[in-house]
Amino acid sequence: MSIDTSSAPVDAGRRLLGRVSSAFTSPKYGPVLVTLVLLVAVFLIGGSRYRGFVSGPVILNLFVDNAYLIVLAVGMTFVILTGGIDLSVGAVLALSTMIAASLLQSGWSASVVIPLILVLTSVLGLLVGLMIHVFKIQPFIATLAAMFLARGLCYVISKDSISITDPVFVGLAQTRISLGGRLSITASVVIALLVVLAAFLVLHYSRLGRTVYAIGGGEQSGMLMGLPVARTKVLVYVISGFCSGLAGVLFTFYTLSGYSLTAVGTELDAIAAVVIGGTLLTGGYGFVLGSVLGVLVLGTIQTIITFEGTLSSWWTRIFIGALLLVFIVLQKVLTARRR
Amino acid sequence: MNGQAPVVEMTNISISFPGVKALDGVSFRMFPGEVHSLLGENGAGKSTLIKALTGVYPIDSGPTDSGEILLAGNRVSFAGPAQAQGAGISTVYQEVNLLGNLSVAENIMLGREPRRFGGIDWRATRRRALELLRGLHLDIDPGSLLGSHSLAVQQLVAIARAIDVNAKVLILDEPTSSLDADEVAELFRVIRELKAEGVAILFVSHFLDQVYEISDRLTVLRNGKLVGEYRTAEILRLDLVQKMIGKELAILDALERRIVEPGGGEDDEVPLLSATALGRKGSIAPVDLRIYTGEVVGLAGLLGSGRTELARILSGIDRPDSGALRIDGTPHRFRTPRSALARGVAYSSENRRAEGIVEDLTVRDNIVLALQADRGWFHPISRKRRDELAVSYIQALNIRPANPDAIVRNLSGGNQQKVLLARWLAVAPRLLILDEPTRGIDVGAKAEIQKLVVNLAENGMSVLFISAELEEVLRLSSRIAIMRDRRLVADIVNDDLTVDSLLAIIADGELTAVAR
Repeated sequence: MSIDTSSAPVDAGRRLLGRVSSAFTSPKYGPVLVTLVLLVAVFLIGGSRYRGFVSGPVILNLFVDNAYLIVLAVGMTFVILTGGIDLSVGAVLALSTMIAASLLQSGWSASVVIPLILVLTSVLGLLVGLMIHVFKIQPFIATLAAMFLARGLCYVISKDSISITDPVFVGLAQTRISLGGRLSITASVVIALLVVLAAFLVLHYSRLGRTVYAIGGGEQSGMLMGLPVARTKVLVYVISGFCSGLAGVLFTFYTLSGYSLTAVGTELDAIAAVVIGGTLLTGGYGFVLGSVLGVLVLGTIQTIITFEGTLSSWWTRIFIGALLLVFIVLQKVLTARRR
Repeated sequence: MNGQAPVVEMTNISISFPGVKALDGVSFRMFPGEVHSLLGENGAGKSTLIKALTGVYPIDSGPTDSGEILLAGNRVSFAGPAQAQGAGISTVYQEVNLLGNLSVAENIMLGREPRRFGGIDWRATRRRALELLRGLHLDIDPGSLLGSHSLAVQQLVAIARAIDVNAKVLILDEPTSSLDADEVAELFRVIRELKAEGVAILFVSHFLDQVYEISDRLTVLRNGKLVGEYRTAEILRLDLVQKMIGKELAILDALERRIVEPGGGEDDEVPLLSATALGRKGSIAPVDLRIYTGEVVGLAGLLGSGRTELARILSGIDRPDSGALRIDGTPHRFRTPRSALARGVAYSSENRRAEGIVEDLTVRDNIVLALQADRGWFHPISRKRRDELAVSYIQALNIRPANPDAIVRNLSGGNQQKVLLARWLAVAPRLLILDEPTRGIDVGAKAEIQKLVVNLAENGMSVLFISAELEEVLRLSSRIAIMRDRRLVADIVNDDLTVDSLLAIIADGELTAVAR
């Protein structure tokens, strides 16, 4: 009797330990779990160094400051899951801030401008996707071309920063949705979270989403299984284009201006967030929620450096670089062990 | 059969690739409720015919392609595999074409998942997958990752997928090549059930026993042309093989069992390669093995017994963590395949496509690749020399098409294997490790490769010959090493060994002591 009661919990404990360790070394869940642990660790480090770091407003501000990056990372997750890459997202974001600012300046209504931007950036994504599919161009090159194109178009619109005074945009920028007490968020956060939810549902509960994973796992196999590989490959770039446009709109809510030099290098932040979030660069494994965690890790590091005060903001980059290296090595190890 | 209309009727199919005429006016038909075998050497056009039927090569795409496909009497032209599947033709390909990153349930149901509220109903998907797996008596968790299962299980999952597509025609391309005897019996049970339901099954296999066991009729192709269609019960095995290889069986008979005098007898001879307690944790237990100059050592054992693992350690791909390796009596540590090559040890992988040939290069470039790497990139081989090498190996190994500029992707499996062999022969190794060089290869090419191995040994090259086919190992080897459960259980001189005695050792390693 006494043996029974003492060994049962030990067994259960051991089994739990076994399951935890197999989850951490699985190529599917491992990197995401590591990211989650990392996020908690970074937060605790921040909390132990600065008073008031682990608090509602700081956490909510992570979302407020990074709403646009979350949206970009969602689009990028689709692309990377298929084994592709999209370098154009930062430039397309800048372009949509420019289009928004200049059209609003010439008196267009916000209810026309926002849908127009989303359509335009989706069409740009469609063109990139067709280029990749029809002419078999490497995604790296095709999206690099789109990046230069979009950035160049920004300068065609204007070399200077254009500020936005449209009442709808200003209203959306300044409205805080109260969550009780000192806690509040912006409309951008709500939009970003809706995008994440939609992406999650599409990836896990639609055939489109499963085909995205299938392409990452083996394009040839997917084709032989009769899946719409070609259509889906084009569609992920449309999704990424749409997300870039939406991120641009959210970014204008945040800055209330359009500027050609905005978001230079943001595509790399988005890629970093996706990879740190556990999506394999070769495609096939990853979760959109992981990418959100990735964005939050980047955001937290940024916040710590702001709290530190004396450090230059470039330290953020150094930390991101180091993290990225660690994660890519980790992914290699996890996939190699499972072979 | 019995007056029924054929479910599939292909007439005058011709398909060409650059440099290769893969199919030349071939006609083929299948009736409902029959198992039909498609036979032929590698390069006969079997795979091409299947791909034409399944829409991978749409007939009307190329200017030189022609022909007509009727499905249940209606003319069809599939633009892709999805359309063919929609029409009731599903295929299980030779290399498992599933997705290791997704779950078993998804691999079975992908593209046809039951839906609820506009989204995939995962519970119903898993339940349906479980039913299909149970139908195959496969007891695995449908939620587990496909990549975590063995190749044999993956193959059965592929079949479960094909069955669910409500198939009129089920094409099984070499479905048994990675299955053991029990699994084959299981598969045949499933095939008979499907046949009783009226499904027409196209069965492709190199195992003639299985062809005779399961099929009602068979069609033979040779060099892209139709040889004929026969009832299995009415054609003798010998006639069948003759029709397949199109020449007298002399080629097989000529290869009488010739045992190179085992050099291991004399104590004074230093072995070319000797391994003492060579092992690697998690891979194989420590192994003692000697290979003398000019002998063929067979390495036998079941799939997964550690044959390939040993070969990879001997050739410097994986590093041992115990024991020593000597070449000519001098200790060496191979850190890379390159350092093994420098000592004259070359390894030809069992995984021909992934670790062997470079599919998009020409025959010539594939042949000179290792030699060029050996010389270093700053000493390029002249074009003239490359041509000479390519032409001489194409002749010596009878590579078809005999065109150095042909892209290797377009060659048949057997010819790709010969190109791979030529590559290693070009560097003139002292020890050539051949891992399953005859797998998935027809009788004719197999005999040619076996003959080549014997010739090489006569000329002083040592060969470690790894094969799952015991007859082949017995025919070629002067000594046979047997792996079982990742350890070397026997190392015996091949004088009066039989398939049965080898099987006994493989089955229970206890005969070791007796054999020694």
